[in-house]
Amino acid sequence: MRTIQEINEKIKKGDAVILTAEEVSGLVAKKGLDKAFEEVDVVTTATFGPMCSSGIFFNTGHTKPRIKIGGGSATLNKVPCYAGLAAVDLFLGATAIPDDDPRNQVYPGEFKYGGGHVINDLVAGRDLILEAKAYGTDCYPRKFLRTKININDLNEVMLFNIRNCYQNYNVAVNTSNKIIYTYMGALQPRLGNANYCSAAALSPLLADPLYKTIGIGTRIFLGGGIGYVSWWGTQHNPGVERTAKGLPKTGAGTLALIGDLKKMSPQFLIGTSMLGYGATLSVGVGVPIPILDKDILAYAAVRDEDIVAPIIDYSSDYPNVKFNPLGYVNYAQLKSGVIRINDTEVHTGSLSSIRKAREITEILKKWIQAKKFYLSEPIEKIPSVDSGYKLKLLKERPIEE
Amino acid sequence: MIQKAKIVLHFPKERVDKPIVSRLVKDFGLEVNILKAEVNPNEEGVMVLELSGKKEEYKKSLEYLKKEGLRVQPLSKDISMDRNKCVDCTVCVPCCPTDALERNPQTFEVKFIKEKCIACGICIRVCPYGAMTIEF
Ligand code: SF4
Ligand code: SF4
Repeated sequence: MRTIQEINEKIKKGDAVILTAEEVSGLVAKKGLDKAFEEVDVVTTATFGPMCSSGIFFNTGHTKPRIKIGGGSATLNKVPCYAGLAAVDLFLGATAIPDDDPRNQVYPGEFKYGGGHVINDLVAGRDLILEAKAYGTDCYPRKFLRTKININDLNEVMLFNIRNCYQNYNVAVNTSNKIIYTYMGALQPRLGNANYCSAAALSPLLADPLYKTIGIGTRIFLGGGIGYVSWWGTQHNPGVERTAKGLPKTGAGTLALIGDLKKMSPQFLIGTSMLGYGATLSVGVGVPIPILDKDILAYAAVRDEDIVAPIIDYSSDYPNVKFNPLGYVNYAQLKSGVIRINDTEVHTGSLSSIRKAREITEILKKWIQAKKFYLSEPIEKIPSVDSGYKLKLLKERPIEE
Repeated sequence: MIQKAKIVLHFPKERVDKPIVSRLVKDFGLEVNILKAEVNPNEEGVMVLELSGKKEEYKKSLEYLKKEGLRVQPLSKDISMDRNKCVDCTVCVPCCPTDALERNPQTFEVKFIKEKCIACGICIRVCPYGAMTIEF
């Protein structure tokens, strides 16, 4: 047993041993759990992929004379922001697109520039065009604003993800006779491809499947800077079916994350366009797992072959909310590039980038080694397996006119 | 002047049933050679054609195709991958009809093998990061 405080002492002295999630499974396999526990203090995990529930809150600074954009409207590079806050506080979401984007009217829509792309431009330091309309008040008389603006002009800007780090996910296929365009990519007819989206054994919530160390207040790598777990994420669903090793067999837990965009990097916040689906933002996240006891180490040493995911038909079952898997496959099979579904060989593609996730585990490791990053004690646990916390569907109710 | 060109035609699914090729022959006097066709009813189709005919008529035929809602693309070998934009997600890999996009099983990096590419343009639309581009 050891404590986070002890680990931080070791980091300070330069004695802490930090391994990536891939390295640690090798070590445990080679030396056994007891020996490995003596050697490892921290395991770094990471993921990089599209996260639609991302956005930024920002404050533009007051104009002279003042304008109250709150209750009015605003766009950044023509992409609409949410202006239902105070005078010059705005929110921009990753999936927002310009009003004149043709969307899916020209099917499949290309969604070349949306909120995610604006966030990438902003974090890259580029000038954007802010346009705002207001109704004017006695204390905020101005009605129009049109100006160049960049990240240095903003007072505060924070990236906020209300859902990130999905613990496991579906493998998407298409059994119909026509191509479909989904958030899991273009799915070719008649099982033409199978797309998945998880960093698997590198993924934070698969290396800590029972949320023993990751909780509210956990300090993390977010978009190239430092962020924090601010809450559990939306659609958090810890109670799903799990394997004997405690790994969820479908999407389960999620995290809400927050961090200072000014410290982040365009390398780890990239605007993405999903053909026929929409614009979004790919986000890089890294989470350190303090190895406090052998149990935690055993979980962190998870391997791709231990984690299974359900194969879901996105042509009919997914849109109609039928959980009717065509089978389960593990991530070692998925990462090999080919899986078998009912005797058909199907080639796989991933939306989540393993190369980027590996890069993040290495960066986080270096930060800790360089004493730039210390582990934080979570303030509060997130609801776990036995909490009864559940994801529910919307029950629509008739409206009496 | 005689113009000879190879083009890639993308059909939206509502257009698949229309007799496009015969119109090219009849209305524009072009010689049409179908090099590759993947067109099924109710589906999006791709067709690679070799066209030859009078330059004026060739130009008009391209306009006609566009008006019919088809996407026309010259068949050139100038597809390229921008390594600064590619994040190696691999989502394009199974979509390439000729295995010109290959994932390295160790590094998970995706390699573009130009020699295998037939410039069908599928990866350009499928790549969420805009990393695959075509030059006309
Ligand atoms: S253009 Fe077509 S053939 Fe060439 S790499 Fe892209 S998908 Fe493959
Ligand atoms: S889809 Fe784009 S980003 Fe992903 S591997 Fe292919 S080229 Fe690279």
